[in-house]
Amino acid sequence: MILLIDLCYEKESLSRYEFVDPIVNVVKRADLSYEAVHFTELDGNEAERYDKVILCGTALKDNAYAEQMELFSWIEAFEKPLLGICTGMQVVGSVFGGDIVPRSAIGLDQINIVEETPLLGDCREIEGYHLHKYGITLPESFSIVAGTSDWIEAFKHSERPIYGILFHPEVRNRWIIERFAEL
Amino acid sequence: MIIPAMKLGVLFSGGKDSVFACYRAMEKNEVVCLVTIVSENVDSYMFHTPNIGRVDFLAEAMEIPLLTWPTKGEEERELEDLHDAIAFAKKKYGIEGIVTGAIESVYQATRVQRICQNLDLWCFNPLWQINQTDYLRLLISEGFKTIISGVFAYPLDESWVGAEITEERIQELERLQGRYQINPSGEGGELETFVVDGPFFTKKIEIVKAHKTYENYRGHFVIENVRLVDK
Repeated sequence: MILLIDLCYEKESLSRYEFVDPIVNVVKRADLSYEAVHFTELDGNEAERYDKVILCGTALKDNAYAEQMELFSWIEAFEKPLLGICTGMQVVGSVFGGDIVPRSAIGLDQINIVEETPLLGDCREIEGYHLHKYGITLPESFSIVAGTSDWIEAFKHSERPIYGILFHPEVRNRWIIERFAEL
Repeated sequence: MIIPAMKLGVLFSGGKDSVFACYRAMEKNEVVCLVTIVSENVDSYMFHTPNIGRVDFLAEAMEIPLLTWPTKGEEERELEDLHDAIAFAKKKYGIEGIVTGAIESVYQATRVQRICQNLDLWCFNPLWQINQTDYLRLLISEGFKTIISGVFAYPLDESWVGAEITEERIQELERLQGRYQINPSGEGGELETFVVDGPFFTKKIEIVKAHKTYENYRGHFVIENVRLVDK
């Protein structure tokens, strides 16, 4: 069972159709079971009930999650596969000590994969869809999987299967979500 | 955190995607205007053009103010016109965000996102990446009545022009998707639509007079005269 965490500004927001439902569709197509929960409704230990967790993205103007970062402290001790997408990556990075920094991009762009991982595979260039105003600096316990130290496109925890990706895999790169589901 | 309902404008063509996006936007927010870009270019990169002149009837049936804005429809220049139209809607109606019916088009979504960022507006795409045949069935189950107002791709024959989207038509589109890779919802420009009734319409559209044109897998259902009738 995969837990999809909705990070949008309110429960059942107009944004959820754009940032949560496309992930739901990929998971459904892969015939996997899931539950989608808004971040304000997630109890600290609840994520432990699931096999994997995905933190979804938000709209460009949506920073409501950043005012409630204490709701994500459970991630620090989480041992199972976890993927943060865009805003989700910022949440993961923040929990582990990274800083949210301005990194604005909208649209398709090349992404340079620099470290081979079970999630993104071999080192190569892929094209990905960006929709973000901010990025995150590299936390101490993480390594860069794609991008550069100035503009991190993807990172991974050094010991645990915890990933963050800045671009949106639900657009043109659904295989990343499918591969995450198999980790 | 309690977020008050936002005042939103919907980029509106009268086709199913913008009408359904509007429907979703109205679930928890206030749609204060429809923004219609009227392009002189029938092959516009951004804007749906068949029967765009009939959107005023739809706006009346939906009881939402309509803002129409002209463009010559030249690539990229039309984006400046869209920017100006949205800026005007922000000033006149106090919109806090824009809603689009984009499904797969990164080209359209990217450009509207950039305009919204530039104008400090929210941008919502409530049909983004939706399964297209599931969506067509949702339209029917939710009570929308949609006419195919144009076809622009092989192998869509003349029978599609002016036809209503029904379960049978959806099954045929699924078959064509598998064989010819067409987008069932027509977002790749394969077909255009015009909505004549929906669950939130206070009146429905009756097509009084229309004619078809069709040649080499390009056809239009040209709506000449419509009227609003009670439901």
